Amino acid sequence: MRVKVDLDVCQGHGVCHMSAPEVFELSPEDGHSIVLVDPVPPELRDAAQLGVDSCPERAISAE
Amino acid sequence: MRVVVVGASLAGVRTIQALRRLGCDAQVTLIGREPGIACDRPPLSKGFLSDPDATARPLLGPEDLAKLEVTPLLGRSATDLAPDGQTVGTDTGERIGYDALVIATGSTPRLLPGLEPRPGVQVLRTAADAARIKAALSARARVVVVGGGFIGAEIASTGRRMGCPVTVIEPLPALMIRGLGPALSQAMTRRHLLAGTDLRLCVGVAALEAGAAGHELAVRLTDGSTVPADLVVVAAGAMPETGWLRGSGLDASDGVLCDGRLAAVGVPGVYAAGDVARWHHPSYAEPVRMEHWTSAIEHAGVVAANLCGQGRTHDSLPYVWSDQLGGRLQIFGRVQPDDDVHYVMGDATSDAFVAIAGHADRLNAVVGFAAVRELLPYRKLLLDSAPLSAALGLAGTSA
Repeated sequence: MRVKVDLDVCQGHGVCHMSAPEVFELSPEDGHSIVLVDPVPPELRDAAQLGVDSCPERAISAE
Repeated sequence: MRVVVVGASLAGVRTIQALRRLGCDAQVTLIGREPGIACDRPPLSKGFLSDPDATARPLLGPEDLAKLEVTPLLGRSATDLAPDGQTVGTDTGERIGYDALVIATGSTPRLLPGLEPRPGVQVLRTAADAARIKAALSARARVVVVGGGFIGAEIASTGRRMGCPVTVIEPLPALMIRGLGPALSQAMTRRHLLAGTDLRLCVGVAALEAGAAGHELAVRLTDGSTVPADLVVVAAGAMPETGWLRGSGLDASDGVLCDGRLAAVGVPGVYAAGDVARWHHPSYAEPVRMEHWTSAIEHAGVVAANLCGQGRTHDSLPYVWSDQLGGRLQIFGRVQPDDDVHYVMGDATSDAFVAIAGHADRLNAVVGFAAVRELLPYRKLLLDSAPLSAALGLAGTSA
């Protein structure tokens, strides 16, 4: 599983980080989401999906 | 297993998606009052109103729905719930049997007497509602917003930025007071005044009358004054959609009362998700009901997990955001009425601010305006259940 954040769409709500701190960090510069683990290991797949689903801007995609 | 989901908006749709992702092969029926799946609502009171190119985004396309292997019963309303026989009735006379029922009927805008929707009088709930408001704002309509909550404040702010004369009528002494508490709501109210919004506080609507001097309508207030209007937007909050549950035995006095797992109290096999759920959140003494986008999606995940027997509770930090006055207002946690408020960045009048709210060394909420990045360390303290003094220490101020 690979997770991508579209930084043009990300608005820095930071909900992905609240949902899945193991997968998403927030940039101290602008608050945008940063993917910590790419590709996502199997044990973090559910967490990553939670993060994808939690984005109010639909800025995160998984494939 | 037969799962019936009532409500084809965010909470219902996301519950089904989460169920399938968990590998659940239940037979799923989705009952929805609208002829299609709802659209994503937050943008409707935000960017959609001012962006001429914006279109409403449906939560799911028809092909997504097909992939979920759902039996859609759209354009049909649930009329009653019979928990003993485990069936839901519809307005076309069917009775749909379930092993598990998910109530996700959401909420509907509160209507005010004399201000029922008609040409020139509008609520904001659907994409069609938003398109009508957008058309009026684009035509520089004179707008009267009845209700100064988050949605009302967003519409007012957008109207001002688009060059419309805007009046907000709010019976309470400040805008957004329920979500922000007295101190922060006063500060935000001042910002709306500075943006040129005509605020009529501590006053209600007495009657809607025919307008004069080129305006279609006139809103007469309880203080005897009259405000001309081309468009009246009623943004007086929302009511949980529970009328169809009357007589079911569920406690639906303010949404469906649920335990921490979002299972309806007293009726087995029934769950609630989204605006319609009132549940025992471990951080709060009383059951809470939230009309937040994030609560709905989190509920969906919890309900789906519990339908799969996982026994999850819902304890996430509440989050709501509102775009207004050129900034984003973000509220993590809940501001309680007797909270003390401390600005830890900026102040009541600065372009951006971060404030923390709490009482007796308990940190209850972090509120930021145009400070997405700056509020992050405070939000972390809140997530870690740190005391108020720790947040004040971080800011370098003393309590």
